[in-house]
Amino acid sequence: METLDFLATGFSVALAPMNLALVLIGCFVGTLIGSLPGIGPINGVAILLPLAYAMGFPPESALILLAGVYYGAEYGGRISSILLNVPGDAGAIMTTLDGYPLSQKGEGGRALALSAVASFIGSMGALILIVLFAPLLSELALKFGPSEFVWLMAFAFTCLATMVGSRPLKTTVGVVIGLLLATVGVDSGTGVLRFTMDIPNFYDGVDFLVVVIGMFAISEVLILLENWLKNDMKLTPVGKSFVSMSDLIAVKWVVLRSTLIGFVIGVLPGTGASIGSAVAYGTEKRFAEGNDDQFGKGDIRGLAAPEAANNASAAGSMLPMLTLGIPGSGTTAILLGALLMFNITPGPLLFEQQPEIAWGLIASMFVGNIALLVMNLPLIGMFVRLLSIKQSYLVPIIVMLTFIGIYSIHGDSFDLYFMVLLGVFAFILRKLGFSLAPVILGLVLGEVLEENLRRALSISGGEWSILFNGPISISLAVATLVAATGPFIYKALKPKQ
Amino acid sequence: MKTFKKSLLAISIIGLTSTAFAYEPSKPTCIAPAKPGGGFDLTCRVVSTGFERAELLQKPMAVTFMPGGVGAVAYNHINKVNPDDGDALVAFSSGSLLNLAQGKFGKGLDENDARWVGTAGVDYGAIMVKSDAPWQTLGELVEDMRKDPSAFVLGAGGGVGSQDWMKAAILMKASSIDPKKMRYVAYEGGGEAVAALMGGHIKVYPGDIGEMKGQLDAGKVRVLAVMSPERLEGEFASIPTAHEQGFDAEWTIMRGYYLGPKVSDEAYQYWSNKFAEAYKTDAFKQIVAEKGLMPFYMHGAALDEYVKVRVQDMRELAKAAGLIK
Repeated sequence: METLDFLATGFSVALAPMNLALVLIGCFVGTLIGSLPGIGPINGVAILLPLAYAMGFPPESALILLAGVYYGAEYGGRISSILLNVPGDAGAIMTTLDGYPLSQKGEGGRALALSAVASFIGSMGALILIVLFAPLLSELALKFGPSEFVWLMAFAFTCLATMVGSRPLKTTVGVVIGLLLATVGVDSGTGVLRFTMDIPNFYDGVDFLVVVIGMFAISEVLILLENWLKNDMKLTPVGKSFVSMSDLIAVKWVVLRSTLIGFVIGVLPGTGASIGSAVAYGTEKRFAEGNDDQFGKGDIRGLAAPEAANNASAAGSMLPMLTLGIPGSGTTAILLGALLMFNITPGPLLFEQQPEIAWGLIASMFVGNIALLVMNLPLIGMFVRLLSIKQSYLVPIIVMLTFIGIYSIHGDSFDLYFMVLLGVFAFILRKLGFSLAPVILGLVLGEVLEENLRRALSISGGEWSILFNGPISISLAVATLVAATGPFIYKALKPKQ
Repeated sequence: MKTFKKSLLAISIIGLTSTAFAYEPSKPTCIAPAKPGGGFDLTCRVVSTGFERAELLQKPMAVTFMPGGVGAVAYNHINKVNPDDGDALVAFSSGSLLNLAQGKFGKGLDENDARWVGTAGVDYGAIMVKSDAPWQTLGELVEDMRKDPSAFVLGAGGGVGSQDWMKAAILMKASSIDPKKMRYVAYEGGGEAVAALMGGHIKVYPGDIGEMKGQLDAGKVRVLAVMSPERLEGEFASIPTAHEQGFDAEWTIMRGYYLGPKVSDEAYQYWSNKFAEAYKTDAFKQIVAEKGLMPFYMHGAALDEYVKVRVQDMRELAKAAGLIK
């Protein structure tokens, strides 16, 4: 068992006193950063990177610290999603769908505890998969070409079509708004500037975080203000804050399936936690067909699925970075930059030449996840009390944090104006009964779908048959078809009452 | 102890007198017009760490970030908000120059709206294939490509009109294949393109030689040609240039710094002199090599001239390729 030897080496690195201290600091800072709206793992890692460099840490220690911030933030992102309906980071958007309704019912503590456990299982499951299958998986990830991505996105879209259930038209309109936003920026296929209105800030497209924070956080603040004006302020009751065994048993398969989905999507280059959690949520809703009327109203399955998945994909996206030198997500792209700054060349030789770095990092992630669970469960009582803060204090705090967070991305006040504009727009949408998650998913998935469809077609010279060029793409196409027609077949077969 | 204090005083007086009439930045800054961790970040680290190690500045240089449009946001910011800020160097690359040439740096802005002051170093284009591909030389690849250009999928980390696309187009031109027949696939960054090459989705990847060290060492890719004017030194010495193999395909990726268009001549001269001094030190040379760049030292008026000529060349290339009218 060579792998176990390597893992043992890894643990000896991870458990060295300084590295242990750094992983704990990283996880703590990460949870904090993740729970603040507007400041996500990308900002957290980017802010700490120059610091770690300046402190002169050895490379493995710096990487352990930065990775701790990354998955710590993925962990902490759920807190404000559940309590405030404001996603702490992009991977936690889906968590708002069922997490916030639960906390409105006074079950915020239960939701936080359950999601903490789901996150823990998601990360640990993904880590075990990394240890067992690292070389195999990185080869498999390479097989994923443009046509496979096209079908993966098509599958995600069909799963999401019924996401918000009873209002398919409004969901579609939401997705289309997201798709429209995705078209802004330089079109890489032709090099033409699309819908940029000659504003250089739009050349790279609209920034994903600005859209998420503008639409969720700012519109939430506007709704809080509206309630305040109407004098309709009620404090949410604070519920019991422990996971019950029966809750865990009820979601055990949901969590395991979502871990697998999140992990696989995390491993694929170019897709991260936001896509992983969306696909997991959509899949679970399909699995619960006929018994899914609670989804979106505070179903614990709808909470556990995205949380297990986003943590699993955070861990999964480390794999292509370490084994191939190819980032699996935006945050790992920055981690990759960090490795290069320390003169370490990630790639196929990293595991052979510098096993203490690769395995030390993996072992530290085991340690970090246990620390996160231990750290998070006792703190739930404190987090929930956030809800008992008077809203006249809470609103300014949220606004301040979002402004700081968004300004820290580009250091340009343009983003602040754009964020407020989007917030007002989202407020109007919500007043009209639209849900915001489809807009965001249209933006994320739409970009990946368009890019890959055009890549596929430029490879084939316009032949659409390329979309069925291999076993993976055909399987995904079949899965999409089943997901699209499933509900109708189900209805037809269901005995009439 | 007393003598030490005296000498310290003496040094500081000398320091004061020598700089009393010259420009001295109060807050030296390098603006990296991208997110942390990328090529512009690296460019800024070269000047901030290099100048620090060579002890050229009285105050440490800070690195700040202003991402957007391969430098377009920073170019607009400098021009509109503080065109006369002599403290702020901004990093650029030939990718920025290419966009400038195509008018993608904003309405009414061109290469005359900045003062180009110093370089960090260069990297060169490289034509790469998967390590188990049948072609051993560029000649073999081009011969196969001429038979059926549409069967050869090239892919790289930038869209049409980017540096990576330009490298592919130059190779096509040098092989007398119509660049319009080329099948080019745009990926998001070099990493994704390398993944696509290794996964067999694309056949040829025109990337940069400096970024390929890891994959080369592991034997995952084969470099058929480097697009430099002459053979490189050190570990890349065994790779032939495109020229040697009979193809007129060259692409130099330059990294350097500019100042705002209205920066005073004193400030411009100050930085130009600092670069001249830095180029003579081992500390600076070492940091350039550490960051995967090859030496290319030019500063002041010579660089300003060089950049303007290069942008004009690029403009003509872009016209020839039908990117701009």
